[in-house]
Amino acid sequence: MIEVQHLTKRYGKVTAVDDVSFRVERGEILGFLGPNGAGKTTTMRILTGYMPASEGRATVAGYDVFDQPIEAKRRTGYLPETPPLYPEMTVREYLDFVARIKGVPAAERKARVDAAMERTRIADVATRHCGKLSKGYRQRVGLAQAILHNPEVLILDEPTAGLDPKQIIETRGLIRGLAGDHTIVLSTHILPEVSQTCQRVVIINKGRVVAVDTPDNLTARLKGAETMYIQVEAPGADVAKTLAGVPGVTRITQADHRPESGAFEVESERGRDVRRDLAREVVMRGWGLLELRPMRMSLEEIFLQVTTEEPAEEVTRA
Amino acid sequence: MRNILAIAGKELRSYFSSPLAYFIIAFFAWPFGAFFYLYVTEFVRQGLQMAQYGGSMNVNQQVIRGILQNASVIILFVMPMITMRTYSEEKRTGTIELLLTSPVTDLEIIIGKFLGALGLYAAMLLVTALYVGILFVIGNPEWRPVIAGYIGLLLMGGAFISIGLLISSTTNNQIVAGVVTFALFLMLWIVGWFADSAGPTTGAVLRYLSLTTHLEDFSKGIIDTTHVIYYLSLITFGLFLTSKAVDSQRWRA
Repeated sequence: MIEVQHLTKRYGKVTAVDDVSFRVERGEILGFLGPNGAGKTTTMRILTGYMPASEGRATVAGYDVFDQPIEAKRRTGYLPETPPLYPEMTVREYLDFVARIKGVPAAERKARVDAAMERTRIADVATRHCGKLSKGYRQRVGLAQAILHNPEVLILDEPTAGLDPKQIIETRGLIRGLAGDHTIVLSTHILPEVSQTCQRVVIINKGRVVAVDTPDNLTARLKGAETMYIQVEAPGADVAKTLAGVPGVTRITQADHRPESGAFEVESERGRDVRRDLAREVVMRGWGLLELRPMRMSLEEIFLQVTTEEPAEEVTRA
Repeated sequence: MRNILAIAGKELRSYFSSPLAYFIIAFFAWPFGAFFYLYVTEFVRQGLQMAQYGGSMNVNQQVIRGILQNASVIILFVMPMITMRTYSEEKRTGTIELLLTSPVTDLEIIIGKFLGALGLYAAMLLVTALYVGILFVIGNPEWRPVIAGYIGLLLMGGAFISIGLLISSTTNNQIVAGVVTFALFLMLWIVGWFADSAGPTTGAVLRYLSLTTHLEDFSKGIIDTTHVIYYLSLITFGLFLTSKAVDSQRWRA
């Protein structure tokens, strides 16, 4: 549905987006993950036809965003980082105007506006001025504006930024509900958002794609070593030394600042489950086994790992 | 065309749903009314004198021509307020992103904005029609020169708007847009004053460039194609440059 090939955007000497390529299939939700200033917004702006790329090409629903911008834009809904609202218009007036410029036929306009308001639950503010809305409502009006003409592709730039936790959960639910009918690309720098809403993730850092995969695969792939958390009750004994002697264990570190807590992180060889051996060792020595569980690498850690990798290369680029 | 009308309608609505439009109209109507009063009282005074000697006076020449000419100067002051926000405000608030990612062309946006501003300007001129209407009630001026005068004002206003639109499209600060636009208008007005003291060729060029000298014939009731072409070409040129400015910012954005 969306195809991006070798996209590059330079502002003078600064390269904001550097040779980015990815594909999004029909009905898929793709998460665009990266720290602030990574090039997420720039990539999205190129996809929506707001600005041209310096190099490379992008197609939306089969139309090149540069050569056939009107056709591509007709099939794209876009929610920019700040919802593009006219403060002096009421919500209904605003959506009516957007429907006009998005090319919704006059006969369908009212029904479409109502449907979009229904879907984003903003019908109760239809007669309020956009400038007087709370942040949560603004975001939802922005979303209503994006889905108004029933586009095949939705591009959402940080759709949950600045919302309160309840609104975030609602918005994510709304976005998941839109998938299937729409192909969605959403950007975020909040990691749980990606694992909760997206089927695939593109991690971008300093303008370059550093990883493309499903959230689960990313977790699995980047888990260099299996890590276990173990807490043992063994007064006076040298637990660390003992556990280090268990076959397969490669590294053992204290899990918190108090040595007397008996909590350790145990890393083992990849693919080898040392839980049974650890438990047997502890029980055989007559210690108390308080807790033993695998520590899955969270997306946060993966993110930090991939975005801080290859420091040498970044130095040469800078 | 539908897109142009949608955008023009939106522009008009945002003018009139903020105090701006009413303020601008009031700001225009007040000095216009003052000029009108001065011209009419002067006309009446002279008329009484002339009546003693059995002469007659012409309302068209003595009153309407004068107030339309003076109106052009007030317009020069008011117009930057109309055009300064057109692009700047959308760039500042980010709504330009909505327009530029919608299936409309740059030209449709520009012409829509142009027509929106022209609509407000026409509403402003409509207020002056009240004053002129009074002349028709108490006197009997010829209507043809009046129509010609208004056509001239509309064309001149269009030229002002297209220049203002160009300036507004280059900045996201509407104060800067307003000040630069005003300075430019002032220059295009004053340039005509130097025409007489300059050499014959330079003088002709300066006189041609001046925005307001082209209005003189209109206010006399003459629709001369030279002046129509001057204003229309200025409008086209301004809109063309605006589209180039918008496009070049898209590349540099």
